[in-house]
Amino acid sequence: MNRFVESRWLGAVAAVLCLLLILPLFAPEFYIYILALILVTALLAMSLNLALGYGGIYQFHHAVFYGVGAYAVALMITRASLPWWISFIAGPMVAALTGLLIGWFCIRLTKLYFGMLQISLGSLIWIIVYRWYDFTGGDNGIHDIPMPVFLMSTNSVYYFILAIVAVCLIALYLIVKSPFGATLQAIRDNPQRCEAVGVNVRQHQLMAIVVAAFFAGVAGVLFVGLERSVFPNMLFWVLSLEIFVMCLLGGWFTFAGPLLGAAIVVALRTFVSQYTDYYTMILGIILILLIFFLPEGVMGFILEKSMPRTQSSEGGR
Amino acid sequence: MDPAALSSQILIGLSRAMILFIVSAGLSFVLGVLRVPNIAHGSLYMIGAFAAFTVATLLQRNPAGFWIALVVAPLVVAAVGLVIERVLLAHLYQREHLMLILFTFAVGLVLNDLVKIVWGADYRSIMPPPLLSGAVSLGDISIPRYNFFLLILGPIVAVAMWLFVNKTKIGKISRAAAVDREMVGVLGINVSWVFAAAFVIGCFLAGLGGALVAPMTSISLGMDHTIIIESFLIVTIGGLGNIWGALIGALIFGLTQSVGLLVLPQFAVVFPYAAVVIVLWLRPRGLLRSVW
Repeated sequence: MNRFVESRWLGAVAAVLCLLLILPLFAPEFYIYILALILVTALLAMSLNLALGYGGIYQFHHAVFYGVGAYAVALMITRASLPWWISFIAGPMVAALTGLLIGWFCIRLTKLYFGMLQISLGSLIWIIVYRWYDFTGGDNGIHDIPMPVFLMSTNSVYYFILAIVAVCLIALYLIVKSPFGATLQAIRDNPQRCEAVGVNVRQHQLMAIVVAAFFAGVAGVLFVGLERSVFPNMLFWVLSLEIFVMCLLGGWFTFAGPLLGAAIVVALRTFVSQYTDYYTMILGIILILLIFFLPEGVMGFILEKSMPRTQSSEGGR
Repeated sequence: MDPAALSSQILIGLSRAMILFIVSAGLSFVLGVLRVPNIAHGSLYMIGAFAAFTVATLLQRNPAGFWIALVVAPLVVAAVGLVIERVLLAHLYQREHLMLILFTFAVGLVLNDLVKIVWGADYRSIMPPPLLSGAVSLGDISIPRYNFFLLILGPIVAVAMWLFVNKTKIGKISRAAAVDREMVGVLGINVSWVFAAAFVIGCFLAGLGGALVAPMTSISLGMDHTIIIESFLIVTIGGLGNIWGALIGALIFGLTQSVGLLVLPQFAVVFPYAAVVIVLWLRPRGLLRSVW
């Protein structure tokens, strides 16, 4: 990518960030809440994209790590009465550990088998959470989780989430651009050749899963901060599919694509469901149209249009 | 624990496994031939159940009403499948795998809301026909007649599927297309229609499963969620695309759940999932050889 394009992107990011910073000054509280939800969901989708888009790993049950992160915080605060900051730090760690465990099991397999095994392991965790009424609250979930005073108003939660998500996205960007990220993309494009030149393919993929799980855990923790409740649907397979959709919708060979996808899905869900009960049908139809006409996603389409063909190699394909 | 209760519990578990088998066999067949994990399969199963409800309710006075529903509902679902395949899916086979999976997910979303539009969000139920109501006694053991009927029907479907795949021409062609679709095309066979046939058969089985479960449960929106995850897991432990594997997987699933009910009722549903994890730990590619 040349200097000009890079500076243009930097300018765009700075402008968006400024807008996000001043928005709570005049926007109604409801919109700030939706915006916070979009940020949390965007982090979740982008963490999936590290494994899926950059690693080419069939991460079919990513929501488990999100849910585990959220439940870890909720349980530590309500059942163990740990201070909030310890729980907030431990949540993503637990998610990363879960990622290591599930990843270690699945990494022996590739493609569809990998995805299926991950679905079964993830479903095991989901069904335990769903059934263990005494500990996790079962299908009721856990509500009214006590939060520190500074996270009580919508605006302050919003700024907290904005700060954390910004830091995480920078970290994710640096990871993607690091030698590790480059190797990961090389593995996606040609695992055999990477193996041949001495790259430990499995180890890199496992690492990607753990990192992705960590950031999904962060998103889960932020969700608890925003909603002050957790429920088993957070680890259900359908949510995994929804995050998947966000990556596709935005474009999974671009860095910011999943962010856009998350924004579109959350906004659609919020505003379309005010007018009709058939929100999922509209989402389904949009998806089908997208698969037929915009297979690179919205962001991929924008990138393709905004750059000469030779320079659009940034996305990987 | 008294052995009669245990064996009737096991028989009931087996009979539920038969429905799981029929649904999973359809999923597995589509997966084997088309290589598409059809996420909309659960929605098709739900349509089967609702269609069976409508037909059985319309023909309430007719003694053969239930049996007609059992035939009509799967045909309705097969027709829905045919439309989806010919109009949409047929144009996507060259696409990336993940796109196909997402496509079936999108179709599932649309179908679920269509069910909501056509049948509404209420809970529905139908009664089993008089012939299959009440209980049947086998020595000390007594199980509902309807479950007994399922125990007989399951193996019949399994054998029919086996005969179809191994003895008929179209079955043989689909197996060949699963292994090497280019070669089948080169031989002058219209692979596109083979795929359509396979997809329709898969949908028919989903609809049959839905129609069969209709008298046993409350028919409602959301019944697609559990069945799709269960049949996915069954297909995975059986070996992707293997019909007999689907049977074994369904038996494991049904048995662990019914035994779990006796051991630890609260966590009964956890047992099948744990069994799946154990099986996959020992045999990551499933119990039986996968077709591909």
